[in-house]
Amino acid sequence: MDEKLLMKGNEALAEGAVRAGCRFFSGYPITPQNEVPEYLSWRLPEVGGTFIQAESEVAAINMLYGASACGARVMTSSSGPGISLKQEGISYISGANLPIFYANVMRGGPGLGNIAPSQGDYFQATRGGGHGDYRVIVYAPNSVSEMGNFPKRCYDLAEKYRIATMVLTDGLLGQMMEPIEFDFEPVDPAKLPEKDWALGNAEGRERRVIRSYDLRPGYLEKMTLKLAEKYKEIEEKEVKFEAVQVEDAEILLVAYGTSSRISKSALMLGRKEGIKIGLLRPITLWPFPSKIISDLSERIKKILTVEMSLGQLVEDVKLAVEGKAKVYLHGRPSGGIPTGEEVLEVIKKIMKS
Amino acid sequence: MEKKVFERTKGLTEILMRYCPGCGHGVVHRLVGEVMEELGITNRTIGIAPVGCSVFADEYFNCDMIQPAHGRGPAVATGIKRVRPDCIVFSYQGDGDLASIGMAETIHAAARGERITIIFVNNAIYGMTGGQMAPTTLLGMKSTTTPFGRDPRVAGYPIKVCELLATLEAPAYLARVSVHKPANVLKAKKAIKKAFQVQMNDQGFSLVEILSQCPTDWFVTPLQGIDFVEKMMIPFFPLGEYKTIEGKKETVKPEPKKVLETV
Amino acid sequence: MPRIEVDTIRCKGCELCVVACPYKVIGMSKKFASTGYYPAVMVKPEKCTGCTLCALVCPDVAIEVYK
Repeated sequence: MDEKLLMKGNEALAEGAVRAGCRFFSGYPITPQNEVPEYLSWRLPEVGGTFIQAESEVAAINMLYGASACGARVMTSSSGPGISLKQEGISYISGANLPIFYANVMRGGPGLGNIAPSQGDYFQATRGGGHGDYRVIVYAPNSVSEMGNFPKRCYDLAEKYRIATMVLTDGLLGQMMEPIEFDFEPVDPAKLPEKDWALGNAEGRERRVIRSYDLRPGYLEKMTLKLAEKYKEIEEKEVKFEAVQVEDAEILLVAYGTSSRISKSALMLGRKEGIKIGLLRPITLWPFPSKIISDLSERIKKILTVEMSLGQLVEDVKLAVEGKAKVYLHGRPSGGIPTGEEVLEVIKKIMKS
Repeated sequence: MEKKVFERTKGLTEILMRYCPGCGHGVVHRLVGEVMEELGITNRTIGIAPVGCSVFADEYFNCDMIQPAHGRGPAVATGIKRVRPDCIVFSYQGDGDLASIGMAETIHAAARGERITIIFVNNAIYGMTGGQMAPTTLLGMKSTTTPFGRDPRVAGYPIKVCELLATLEAPAYLARVSVHKPANVLKAKKAIKKAFQVQMNDQGFSLVEILSQCPTDWFVTPLQGIDFVEKMMIPFFPLGEYKTIEGKKETVKPEPKKVLETV
Repeated sequence: MPRIEVDTIRCKGCELCVVACPYKVIGMSKKFASTGYYPAVMVKPEKCTGCTLCALVCPDVAIEVYK
């Protein structure tokens, strides 16, 4: 703590995970997240952890399944195409109530797409992405500092609720350098409380089974309803957001990650010209800050979502607003990055309408 | 004084196995259970149940168990073993699981020399889904997706897993056995025991392929089933040890080299 | 006297033990068990040597052998 470092976003993410107690990583190369496995390939052995370059994303996530089942703090990272492959394992992990942490450093899609920063995996992250009814806690940092500090929050929540957690970021945040200060003391995983569900030595206790299936009629529904209870509690307790100058705002921007920084510059430019712009930045994308957006929409009648995707975040905003305000979209998909000036132009048009 | 000379192993739970009459899975389960008990490792063994008929194996083995996605057993085993090197890890898999959907995981776990044991049950068919063609279905053999018999021009050739893995450096023990006759069952147990011992001695990756009968999906009686193993499967999948620790080179950590220095 | 005990709840009547027995000690019961299967029974108990071959091939671990 108190130590200020200059780090690349992806390296901050990796270092943050290690400081948060991560001792197992398996992954597969994909741009623009390669600094994460490269960093961890030497950093993890330094702290007695395990780094494995897996044969595929599918294998990587399943190695996590096994390592997490033994109670370790585990991590994997990838970009959209690789996260698509990992969805199978994430679904199993969710069904089996295992805590894991992973990161998606988004690139342009669909398909192979490109390696430019993008936010096209919002649906994939917030709607589950794999098969079945499940949720994943999604943190969306907008600075290198948050890239480094969010893994700790993710691990704490993952273990508290026995759930998969992720950081949804993009190539821009992953590749850029900024100063960072870690806001937590390094975690010694050996000192964490013992997990009463983890596999291992069964001496003196009942044998344990970890599974995500139940073929008896009616039982799986009960199992999934139990998950639902957990999800409800998370939605009530774990929402995080940042509100900027919303008090007097006449138009509200909603944006996360990179596009929230762009929106903030649009806000500053607009305020200089006397346009009363506010910004609501969801820090957790699931659970989504629906309540605050709903409350703000009682008063602010124009809401603009700014996203580097074709209109994904806007759906959650509309669901929160429930028709109480007009919701506009400025979306740039597949590697398009808006500028502050560009967003301000859109704001001006909306204010005139 | 009467003595019990054969009793149910403590390596298995008391739960009734749901396999069809004459299915080979039960015998393999018993052998693994007995080996765990005899080696005194039941308490520190973590088993991996596959997707397929033996998905219920997580109820039958009397140790900690985990049930992963179809084909991913070796990857899950890798994660477990790296975190708990003190535990004995085995992955129980069928032919579709191991040699079709999970072939990449199988080969790479073997190539990494993961200290795990794979119990590979080869019955040349997809059992639980109703008898579709497996990667090990014999040429000409009828299944619900090769109704005219497996034609190599359409469906290719069966895969010989032991022979394939034997080309790799890392595996320490590879053997193919069967459980269709008492003598073969005894040999199968020996091989399974050896495979677990190789893991306990930290000698490397071990896999035992067990030719097994699936009367239901072969559409035959249990007795015809063991006949099929003897007359059709064994000639194509020869029994024996394909790699043993005796023939294995010692692993040495290489000095780091730049690309130029290696040529 | 060597003998076998067949757990009629576990036995599924596959007959693998019948052919495994070198002395044809085992046959199939004429009465079905609560499971609906015809379980294995000793038909020539006097010939049993307690060799355990039947138990070795039993897929349901339904046979225990006494000697």
